[in-house]
Amino acid sequence: MSKLKVSVWRSAGSGAQEYFDVPRKENQTILDVVTYIQRNLDPTLSYRYACRVGMCGSCAMSVNGKARWTCRTHVDKVCDSDALDLRPLENFPVVKDLVCDMQTFFDKQKKAGGAFLGAHTREDSVALIKPDSSGRMAVDEAIECIGCGVCYASCDVVKWKPDYLGPAALNRTWTLVKDERDTRRLDRLRAVSGDAGCHSCHSQMSCTQRCPKLLSPTHSISGLKREVSRAALKGEL
Amino acid sequence: MTNGSYALKARSHPSYVAFILHRVSGLLLAAFLPLHFLALSQALHGEAALDSFLSWADNPMVKIAEVGLVLMLALHLGCGLRVMALEALGWTSWQKSMVAIAFGGSLVAGTFFLLRVF
Ligand code: SF4
Ligand code: SF4
Ligand code: FES
Repeated sequence: MSKLKVSVWRSAGSGAQEYFDVPRKENQTILDVVTYIQRNLDPTLSYRYACRVGMCGSCAMSVNGKARWTCRTHVDKVCDSDALDLRPLENFPVVKDLVCDMQTFFDKQKKAGGAFLGAHTREDSVALIKPDSSGRMAVDEAIECIGCGVCYASCDVVKWKPDYLGPAALNRTWTLVKDERDTRRLDRLRAVSGDAGCHSCHSQMSCTQRCPKLLSPTHSISGLKREVSRAALKGEL
Repeated sequence: MTNGSYALKARSHPSYVAFILHRVSGLLLAAFLPLHFLALSQALHGEAALDSFLSWADNPMVKIAEVGLVLMLALHLGCGLRVMALEALGWTSWQKSMVAIAFGGSLVAGTFFLLRVF
């Protein structure tokens, strides 16, 4: 059976790549590969996952230089040869080995106004949103975000400008700005219109290129740019 | 593969290339501006000065540089239209076609100019 030569980032000391030979199997995912290493070769290897089916957003890492979810990335899809290079996501501080610290990433969602606030209480009936209403249609894809951080790791504006709220946080805000139940539209537009907000996006689209859910944060961000401009012209901001 | 070549590969998709071309063409155009103003200012020094400048500008190397200039201008315009379409109209799914049009358009403009110059 052929073997994969896997180079894995280890954070011990000042950090370095460490090499492992892993047997190649059919339908093998990248997550299978790191799990094999941890169970059979080096139990001290740290990485993160939970659902294994592309729902929780915890397993992302840099695979041969590109940020990917690993539970649903097949080795065959990303390896032309038998070399595999695994590193923690870019643009995140590293906790250990392949585990990165998502704190700033989620803090930015809060900063961008990512927490829903409606007018209904639990005594009220459930709001009915028509599937074909324009607001609902505008965010049909964007609400599927699993918070994996792949877009954030792929965005060069995040790299160049660490304050930048980033594609996932802005995408989240877009879904709320378009939510007819929401009560804080202008606060949200204010939160994303500063120097660290939507106007810093250069439309490079690496986020959209890489999002494993095939969402387009670029599209959401351009929507925010238009909403902010419109509100500013109307003198609302 | 080295880290650098991975980084390059991760960025080689049409929109990123368009982003880079937009910046580079913008910088080159800005660098050309002083020359442009110099040419115009020759007119202030009278006909002879301008004529000698224009005859210098007739040499083939300058012509080739001019082709490059038109190419840069067309590229910058195309990339600018891409961003405007994306941001003002929300045309995300058209991105790749827009990039292709920007490239195609600039090549056609450059070639057309090339044919007319010589
Ligand atoms: S937008 Fe896509 S890449 Fe970004 S966090 Fe959400 S699911 Fe992940
Ligand atoms: S489109 Fe904007 S948010 Fe997405 S990668 Fe590019 S600069 Fe970052
Ligand atoms: S383990 Fe949950 S998305 Fe990969």
